[in-house]
Amino acid sequence: MTKQKLVYGSVVVVAVSLIAALLVALVLYAIGASPLATYKTILTGPLSDMFGVTEVLVRSVPLLLVGLGIAISFRSGILNIGAEGQIQMGVLASTAMALAFPHLPKAILLPLVLMAGALGGALWGGIAGWLKARLQVNEILSTVMLNYIAAQVHTFLLRGPMLDPNELETGSGTPQSMRLPEASFLDQIVPGTRLHTGLILALVAAVLVWVLLWKTTLGYRMRAAGAGAKAARYAGIPVERYLIIAMLLAGGFAGLAGAVEVTGVHHRAIEGISSGYGFAGIVVALFGGLHPAGIVPSAVFFGILLIGADMTQRSAGVPANMVLVLQGVIILSIVSAQSFLRNPYAQERLLRWLGGLVPTALRSKKGVQP
Amino acid sequence: MTCLEPISELKLEGITKRFPGVLACDGISLEVRRGEVLALVGENGAGKTTLMNIIMGLYRPDSGTIYVNGEPAHFRAPGDAYARGIGMVHQHFMLVPNMTVAENLAMGLKQLHHFMRLDLKGAAQQIREVSERYELPVNPDAYIWQLSVGEQQRVELVTTLCLGARLLILDEPTSALTPQETDDLIERLQRMASELAIIFISHKLNEVKALSDRVSILRHGAVVFNGRTANHEPSELAALMTGHDVTLPRNEGSGLQGQPLLSVKNLCVRGDRGNLALDGLELELRAGEILGVAGVSGNGQREFADALAGLRPVESGEIRFEGRDLANRSPREIIASGMGYVPEDRQTEGIVPSFSVKDNLILKDFASRNFSRFSFLRRKDIDRNAEALKERFDIRCPSINTATGALSGGNIQKVILAREIARGPKALVAVYPTRGIDMGAQEFIHSQLLERRREGIGIVLISEELEEVMNLSDRIAVIYKGKILKILPAVEATRERLGILMAGLVDTDRPPAPATPPLPVAGAAHD
Amino acid sequence: MNPGVMIFNVLSLAVPFSVAILLAALGENFNQRAGVFNLGCDGIMCMGAFVGFMLPYSLKASTLAPYGNLLGVLGALVVGALFGLLFALVTVTFRASQGIAGIGLQMLGWGLSGTLFRHFVGGVTGVEGILAMPIPFLSRIPFLGGVLFNHNPLVYAAFLLVPASWFLLYKTPWGLKVRAVGTHPRAADTMGIHVDRTRYQALMVGGAMAGLAGAYLSLCQAKMFSDDLVAGRGFIAVALVYFGRWSPLGILGGAMLFSIAQSFQLSMQVWGIKFPYEFAVMLPYVLVIVVLALARKARQLGPTELGKPYNREMRF
Repeated sequence: MTKQKLVYGSVVVVAVSLIAALLVALVLYAIGASPLATYKTILTGPLSDMFGVTEVLVRSVPLLLVGLGIAISFRSGILNIGAEGQIQMGVLASTAMALAFPHLPKAILLPLVLMAGALGGALWGGIAGWLKARLQVNEILSTVMLNYIAAQVHTFLLRGPMLDPNELETGSGTPQSMRLPEASFLDQIVPGTRLHTGLILALVAAVLVWVLLWKTTLGYRMRAAGAGAKAARYAGIPVERYLIIAMLLAGGFAGLAGAVEVTGVHHRAIEGISSGYGFAGIVVALFGGLHPAGIVPSAVFFGILLIGADMTQRSAGVPANMVLVLQGVIILSIVSAQSFLRNPYAQERLLRWLGGLVPTALRSKKGVQP
Repeated sequence: MTCLEPISELKLEGITKRFPGVLACDGISLEVRRGEVLALVGENGAGKTTLMNIIMGLYRPDSGTIYVNGEPAHFRAPGDAYARGIGMVHQHFMLVPNMTVAENLAMGLKQLHHFMRLDLKGAAQQIREVSERYELPVNPDAYIWQLSVGEQQRVELVTTLCLGARLLILDEPTSALTPQETDDLIERLQRMASELAIIFISHKLNEVKALSDRVSILRHGAVVFNGRTANHEPSELAALMTGHDVTLPRNEGSGLQGQPLLSVKNLCVRGDRGNLALDGLELELRAGEILGVAGVSGNGQREFADALAGLRPVESGEIRFEGRDLANRSPREIIASGMGYVPEDRQTEGIVPSFSVKDNLILKDFASRNFSRFSFLRRKDIDRNAEALKERFDIRCPSINTATGALSGGNIQKVILAREIARGPKALVAVYPTRGIDMGAQEFIHSQLLERRREGIGIVLISEELEEVMNLSDRIAVIYKGKILKILPAVEATRERLGILMAGLVDTDRPPAPATPPLPVAGAAHD
Repeated sequence: MNPGVMIFNVLSLAVPFSVAILLAALGENFNQRAGVFNLGCDGIMCMGAFVGFMLPYSLKASTLAPYGNLLGVLGALVVGALFGLLFALVTVTFRASQGIAGIGLQMLGWGLSGTLFRHFVGGVTGVEGILAMPIPFLSRIPFLGGVLFNHNPLVYAAFLLVPASWFLLYKTPWGLKVRAVGTHPRAADTMGIHVDRTRYQALMVGGAMAGLAGAYLSLCQAKMFSDDLVAGRGFIAVALVYFGRWSPLGILGGAMLFSIAQSFQLSMQVWGIKFPYEFAVMLPYVLVIVVLALARKARQLGPTELGKPYNREMRF
């Protein structure tokens, strides 16, 4: 059974990668870049030295956290597109917490800051969950709208109430908060690089999500609500409540990702800090089969893509928006490949078609079973 | 529309169709010509509907040929079949509810499709002509959702005829009708048979006997019998249909005179459209009895079942279960109070299809101490439970880890029944428990229900199969327009009497026998 | 200030503001009526905006320059239809989950338009765009003339498309097919209507209209292109379809409501009423959520099979 699932998963990943690579190659060709060279730069460039590897991992941390949250919400039957806004809320909440208590010892302040970030994201996600559960508001639309709203709130706070006073003095006016107290920093794992202990946090979170979804009654309830809402309702599971919980958790992970970015990388809230992790996280989660065991490698893979895309922009002049194209194409090919391969009719037709290719002598062995 | 002459003879040769894991049609050959009614009988799942969908061009056969007037025909879509004069009245009506009758017809009549203009007047004209000619009154401007089930069926007949059908396929046309409406339909069809060819699909043998000239019996996707209807008795056909002499278990003994378990008083519940679907429903269930609720579907069964499960708000009235009022309680509380439930739609309400068998078997009890501790699931106990229930309820699945949605209808129903019974309920509500499942599983489910009854569980059996209700029940309540019209002891119930009640008419020929315990007869004064 | 002038200002701004979301929502209505929920509308608008901008921009010096705007509009229609075709392939033929696929399409359109723009153009550049074309006589009617009849041709086209799409849906064979496949595809199929083909057509028409909406933004409203030109208007358009209960007239009402709110907010700044800019910008998005929360009871009227792929061979 699990072996079958594994085979199925690998088929999807391989098929999707091929389709996506082919389609994006067309675009690259159209803008006059060599697809092969570009792919080579993207995939090998980031891994050519130690610094590159650590940078890839730095990018993977928020991707992994966001992806885990997305997996929880998708598994619970609610399509959370709002991670981008939830990250920004996490950034704001954690920054505010760190700046409010700059003198607390690290052992207290750092957990507080991370928790504040998670809470900020959770509340933002919870709005969409509540709207869905109580008022049947389509969660995709509401989370998208909440993204735009969060972006404005973020900008407003960084330009106004939370603006670093130094910026006013020096007059550069860069919209960013004050630098956080050192007690709120995540430690570096490899000195001299930006790789921080957030990586360990994210990996632990992956294990926890796995335990939550498959080993606990809460996870059972959420998965039942997602996979068969009607049946869950008949079995006495208040589905609406678990939609809200799922959105709180999903938002919490995204908010945590924001907090980790603040405390591990930038050490202050800046504009553009979420840098598309919210959308990339959806792709990471889908590419990882909505399972932590798949999401971890998937996050690293997309970390490579992000760094690689930056490199190609510098070396080959391929605009970094190309990553969005790649993500869009991957999503489209994943959902196509999944539903196509999951459909027993399509499977059988494919088998029969393959059977038609195989010489008749072999068909008796491999043909479709009656 | 077409220069091809209309159909006067249809012949199938060696039609084979497989679905994933199922051989639905296995080399079927049939023939029917004008002026003749061919009855196609078989159990649910024997392949009747699949075969008809192949004739209509909805499915494509894996092998075999269809001949129209002796020439091979290839139907890629239903339009092709219509073009040759083949039309079908489906079991689930193929009408778009938010469009009018005329618009529904206009979908199929391509000669009404002009550039940027749709000739709805022409459609209405055709409907009037056909409905006059065959005496099938239909209002072309009515919206489908405004019509009753019987009227919708008439619309299907009329539109099919308007589309030029000369070979009419009727797929279980009587399944949603009252016995009286059924008689009426059969009479109409008899009149129409002289100028049409008709394929009549049913598993109700008395109707087959009344209407058809010839009968073909399908079993497991193959034709096992062909013959003249007049030469064979229904009992003979029944034996051929099931393949073995299945006699479904019957409720024999007079029940235990158990304590009242569930009493429903003056229950009012709104339907999806805001209408009062239950309007003062009253009944009482005793421990150790099976109370059948018979009625034409759409008379409040769905809403009654939903209210009992806690999934539909109760407007007024009470549902007293062992002294506690369960009206408007949450499903969780109702489940905890000892009420078991076999829902109507097993695929979406009874199970989570993508969950494994073992996970579905704990759908109501995952949080109990048997299967979890400190909110962690106890996988070993869950496995053990599943293996035991698989054995006890004869659930045929490759393993307890198989996705439940992949099982056959009968086995899914066994999973549900196993889960509900293993919980040791005091009362069980079973809604259409054997709809669309094979005879073997049906027999098993019936004997399970009877066994639970002997153990003292009270069972409410909501069903539209009169056979089933009459076989299993101690008492039969007839539901009509949201009220219980009458409650009869099963021994006094006959098809005819139930039929009259189901049509909403009060039976005056026999008063309720005084020998039975005093029963709350509600709404008997209906006129 | 004179209240009459204030109302005039708000309304005469609101009319052009409403066009992009109106066009996109009328297109999305065809998609949803046919049973397909296309969240990629936003991405298609990005592509339409880019193509609409790119053609006149690159033809500036050529002999085709006088036709640049026309070609831009046509190009936007074509590229929109092509994106609709792609979405149809994914959701109709492969029967993929429409919600997620829509987000994929949005990312693709957004990313692709940005990539191509940066590669071929680079920085901020304007185009002349399509100019206003006051309608003779009508534009001189006091008040109404300025509000309704003093705009560019695409504005008139968009408003004419409201009755046109009503007519198309309810009075033509194609509209009948679209409504049928969105509500009861199996019934449509048994009546000889090609479900998949009709959905493909509806998605292409809807895509073309979203492309046109994008071109309106770049050619008429902003007269330039940038990555965030569309700024979620596609998603607002999708929400408007719910709000308008799948009727062209309802959609028009919703579009006007939004654009009046937006132009009111802009006018307030002109009038010097202090209000943080960011809050003004987020207003339409908040409004969408409020509107969705209020519009929830409309399901019975709409296409009941919305979002569900149709598989003829699936047994039921």
